[in-house]
Formats: sequence, structure tokens, C-alpha cells
Amino acid sequence: MNFEYAPAPESRAIVDIKPSYGLFIDGDFVDGHGTAFKSVNPATEETLAEIAEADAADVDRAVKAARKAFRGWSRMPGRERSKYLYRIARIIQERSRELAVLESIDNGKPIKESRDVDVPIVAAHFFYYAGWADKLEHAGLGANPQPLGVAGQVIPWNFPLLMLAWKIAPALACGNTVVLKPAETTPLTALLFAEICQQADLPNGVVNIVTGAGATGEALVTHPDVDKVAFTGSTGVGKAIARSIAGTDKKATLELGGKAANIVFDDAPIDQAVEGIVGGIFFNQGHVCCAGSRLLLQESVAEEVMAKLKRRMATLRVGDPLDKNTDIGAINSAAQLARIRALAEIGEDEGAERWSPPCELPSAGYWFPPTVFTGVSQAHRIAREEIFGPVLSVLTFRTPAEAVEKANNTPYGLSAGVWTEKGSRILFMADRLRAGVVWANTFNKFDPASPFGGYKESGYGREGGRQGLSAYLKAGA
Amino acid sequence: MARIDVRKTYKLYIGGAFPRSESGHSYEVQDSKGKFVANAAKASRKDVRDAVVAARKAFPGWSGRTAYNRAQILYRIAEVMEDRRPQFVQAVQQSEGGSAAAAGRQVDEAIDRLVWYAGWADKLAQVVGNANPVAGPFFNHSAPEPTGVVGVLAPQSSSLLGLVSVVAPVIVTGNTTVVVSSYSRPLPAVTFAEVLATSDVPGGVVNLLTGDAASLGPWLAAHMDVNAIDLCGLAGDDAVTTELEVAAADNLKRVRRAPAAEPDWTAAPALSTMTDFLEIKTVWHPIGV
Repeated sequence: MNFEYAPAPESRAIVDIKPSYGLFIDGDFVDGHGTAFKSVNPATEETLAEIAEADAADVDRAVKAARKAFRGWSRMPGRERSKYLYRIARIIQERSRELAVLESIDNGKPIKESRDVDVPIVAAHFFYYAGWADKLEHAGLGANPQPLGVAGQVIPWNFPLLMLAWKIAPALACGNTVVLKPAETTPLTALLFAEICQQADLPNGVVNIVTGAGATGEALVTHPDVDKVAFTGSTGVGKAIARSIAGTDKKATLELGGKAANIVFDDAPIDQAVEGIVGGIFFNQGHVCCAGSRLLLQESVAEEVMAKLKRRMATLRVGDPLDKNTDIGAINSAAQLARIRALAEIGEDEGAERWSPPCELPSAGYWFPPTVFTGVSQAHRIAREEIFGPVLSVLTFRTPAEAVEKANNTPYGLSAGVWTEKGSRILFMADRLRAGVVWANTFNKFDPASPFGGYKESGYGREGGRQGLSAYLKAGA
Repeated sequence: MARIDVRKTYKLYIGGAFPRSESGHSYEVQDSKGKFVANAAKASRKDVRDAVVAARKAFPGWSGRTAYNRAQILYRIAEVMEDRRPQFVQAVQQSEGGSAAAAGRQVDEAIDRLVWYAGWADKLAQVVGNANPVAGPFFNHSAPEPTGVVGVLAPQSSSLLGLVSVVAPVIVTGNTTVVVSSYSRPLPAVTFAEVLATSDVPGGVVNLLTGDAASLGPWLAAHMDVNAIDLCGLAGDDAVTTELEVAAADNLKRVRRAPAAEPDWTAAPALSTMTDFLEIKTVWHPIGV
């Protein structure tokens, strides 16, 4: 008997990728005045489309359009604003398969993730914040909270559409208008979202999308008429943004890097923990700021967990993102692949033991096998630096106090995981872990009602939930 | 012959002790009419660093206290201040001028403010935290936690009410702090430190330095083991506050920006005086049998 999987590719026919895309400003697609660039399918290296680059003047036009739209949008009764957001949520649901396929093509993530995780949460996020738009006086920020104005938002390539939703939905619900810059390697779903705004008859200028790389982002966050900066991305760029807005009245939320500890105690449900470990680091190719990239195993179960983890890793299917059986898709870009490779080599050079299951990688495209390092010490760079790829570093501990010490021994503080059957120990650990999200006996769960964001150098501010509103409101008179 | 009075040496307050500045420097403090009152210790960069070490050391214990206990201790500070009310009235009047009645109102307001903040200790989590109804079988809740060690540049004009108004909201939630007092009106702050030392506030929770905010601030803002900073004491000095915000970005400190001018401290405080120095932590757990 042959139990091999047959290919089960999702059809690309549902998406219609244009040869070139402009900027979305004041309700229309317009030409950019920078140097156009290409968006590439990371699984095949084929060029998908040519994308306009917004230069400083284009960014200025977008900010002006957002400023002009702010007057009407901010004064519109919340119940009317909310209906626009509900419309957008519905259209996202209606066009969900198209969005999922496009996301997988442009980003490289498996279709089962874009279809079952990203896009459903995107729609849910718009639904959640739609319902806040006419209830802001109950948000705990005073009787008459006011929007901030024009929000300049810069998002990463790992969850292109989801990060767009996290940024745009609360901003609009609170009465702000936005200029959003998607990542240069993953602009396509943001541009499709612009079409969705047109279908929803969203007033012109409420949402503007400017494409480009770092220079475009810098022009946006430093624009003097931007009142609010929201950024998700690397800690290095987050610090640069914090410096660039020093001395201004701009408010900022920064959702940055992480090096989360995923802590497994000896009484944990080991099989469930192994699933959580795998999901924690290999979900989305490890391109996750809150990935459980440092596995802390209690010594007494380390061997057992590692044996089961390796067995499980050997079943992971790496390959075509559009194949419904694929677990791990393509690395998003050549640059990111080079960074992952470099850090993995450093891990070996520093003496950690590297292991990957046998796995055939496609010849074209950017790929990295699921990888685990054992014998890692806290001083190793692979235990300290965010790799942002499918690479897990394993450390061990003996006591809960040692686990806390090691877990918190990082400048980051975005997320953490705890696996144990003992309730009091979960709460003990949750209390002491310096991280914005603690997953106990689960990992990498996201929900629009659940605030997300970091301690320390993982940034500041929260996205999601009631707390996410305070990023886009100020106390009213 | 008239009795010669015994004068007080005004010192720093670090880790629960009252050292002089390690630099050996002091500076002349005058009353509101320009008459010499005392030499205050002039805190140095090294004093800032020692104070940060003390604050970090005190953080696990203080943040680990029950909210009820922190409330009791803040209330105790108010009790001891009330007990020493005449001394504070005299100190505030000496520093700020005006009538004894006006100074008395400042002191009363400062004491009442401590009582107000004391009450928040075991209520704030109920106001800014909540359960989250996620779309799945999970227990999920969000609650505030202290952000860590907070640097506070206290206001320059309001020597006591302003000071209490920036220190109380930081510590009531479990943070520990390094405070730089008003430069020209530091003496009420030192007397306040003596109250803290006798009010069951653990050593290191509040560390109080007398000296120049513009010269000590950069060390606090750049210190990699400080989690947040309140720039209030540099209100109006845009060039220096911008520089400090830039330095604070090195470890992404939470920054409470300086207002354009020192605010009216008799106004009711905003919740943001506390929430600016809090982190929201969200905990998930599956529900199942």
C-alpha cells in the first residue's frame, strides 16, 4: 500500500493579479513617483506584479487625503461608521478564498493557514471593532473620547492582511483616518483590501495605501501631519521610530520582536505539549514575532519530549504553499532566508547540535527545513536573537524558579508558553513571566477580543480587545 | 543665652538609607526670599546608578506584595505626613513662599492625594483589566502589571504636592522608582523621604535624589535597566526632553512626556498617571474536561 499524499493544490484561478499596481490615495489608484519594484512569489521566484513606490510627495498626498477625510469620518455618528466596518468584514468573508490564495501566493504561507487562520481572524477583527464604533464612551477612556487624527501605519510581511486588520479596524472604529504602508515583499492583499474599501463605498481618503520599502515608511512616520504611528516589525526599526518621533506630539504603538520561552514541566500532557511546541515554532514558517523559539524543558522529561518532538517534526510537510496538505511553506524572501541560514550556522559554530528531519525541498523558491538545536546555552546567539524562521533552540531547567529566570533572561517580552497539569503552577508562572501574552497549555492563539503586545523591548501599546482602543483615542473635553 | 538650634543635614535617599552624594558635592538651597537655608546633596551620575540598582532589587518584593498591602502602606504614608503636617507646611512655605494657609492647602492636598491613590491599589486591575470573550473554548483574561523601574523627574515648582502627584501613581501599582526632586526646592522632598522611611515602604521602592533634572535626566533616560520615565520635571524645556526621549528609545522605555508647562496639581489626576506605567498581560488557558 502507498500512503503517500497526493498533491491537493488549491486553484489559483480565483485570483486576478494585475501586471502592475499603483498607490491607493483618496479612493483611487494613482501612479507612484518613486522607483517601481516587483513582488515575487517566494515559492517559485516568479514575479507576480510590479508595484509603485510612494516617494515623499506621494506620502504627503496620502496624508493630505487622510486629513481631508478625517473631518467627515470623525464627526460621522459611531453607528454609521460601524456599518462601514461591518460591510468591510462581510466583503472579506465573501472574498475570503480569493484573499487566502492571494496571501499564500505573495507571502509563501500554507493555504491552510491563510484560509483557516489569517483571513477568518481578519474578518473577525473588523466585526469586533465595528461593534465598538458606537460604544466608545463605554471603553473606559472617559465620557467623550476623541480620535487622534491621521494614523500612519507600517506593517510587516509575516501576516500581511492580518496586520492590516489589526491596524485599520480599531483606527477607523475610533474615528481616525489612515495611511498604511504594507511590507515591500507582500503588498498584494493590502491592494486588494483597497478594492474592498471601494466596494464598501468607504468615503474617499479614510483608508490610503502607500507601497514601498523603508524610505516610504520613514516618510510616513515622520510626516508632520501624522498624529499617530502604529508599527509592527523589528525592534531595531521600532527604536528608530521612537527616536524619530521624540519631541513631537505623535502617539505611538510599537509591536516588535520576541524570543518567547515555551516552558514544559515534567507533569505536562506531553503529546499536547509537543503539538504546542510544533505549532509554536513552525506555524507560519516561524515568521511570527511571538513564536515559541526557546523551548525550556524540565530535565526529567527532556529526553522523552525531544524524541516525540523529532518524530512529530518528521511528519511535517514542507512545500507548495497552495497545497492543502502543506504544513510549512516558503520563506518569505531571499534576504530572510539568508538571515535564517546565517543564524543557524552560528548556532552550529557556537557548539549547539543541529537536527532536521529528512525533507526534500523544492528546487526553486526560498526554503528552510524545520530545525531544532539542542545543547543550547543562554549565551548562544540562537538563544538570544530573534531568528524569525523555523528554528527552535532547546534549553533545560530543573526548578520553576530556574525556568522563570531563564524565560525572563531576554530584552524581549512579547509572549511565553507554559505546559503543566498543575493549575497553581500555571498561575505562579503566568504571574512571573514578563511577557504580554502567556499561553498556558496552548500556544499561538489569537482573537480580536484578546489584547496583544509586549513588555520591554518587544514594544508598547496593545492591539486587540478593549485595550486596543486606547491606542487610537484620547480623553475628550 | 538663647539655645543654638540643631540643624538637619539634607541627604539623598537610596535603598532605604540616607547617604550623602558619593560625589561629595552639595549645593546651596535658598528660601523663597533668597536667604540661605541649607546645603542639599547634589546627586551624581553614580548616585543615579546606585539608585537604579536599589530600585531593581526592590521590584520583585514590592510588585509581589498584595494590592491590599500596598494600599495599606500608601495610606500609612498619608498618616505619617498628617502627623508631621506642621513640619511640611513650614517646609513648603519656606520653599515656595506665600502664606502659611496656602502652604497648608498644598500639604492637605498632598496627603489627600496619597489617600486617593492608596485606594486605587486594589481597584485599578478591575477598571483596566477584564475577561476577554474569545471565539473558542478558552479562559482568557487581561490584567495590568507594573512595568518595572520608573525614573521620575519631579516638577520644579510644586515641591510637595507635585512630587507626591508623580510618585504615588508610580508606586501604588507595584513599580519602584528613582526620583529626581525639584532643583531649587528640594527640601520638602527630603522630608518626604524621611516619611517614606518610617511608613513601612520597603527600602529601594522610592529612591529620592536631590539635584539637577537636566543633568541627571540623561543618565536615567539612557539607563538600560530603567523601564519607563516621567519627564514632568523638564516641562517647557523642549530641547532637553527631546534628547531624553531619544535616549529612552535605546531600550524602548515607556515615556510620559513633559507637559508644555507645569500643570495645576490641585486638579483631579487622570487614570493615565498610573496606566502609563503599566503593562497589560493576557493569559490564555483551554477549557475542557
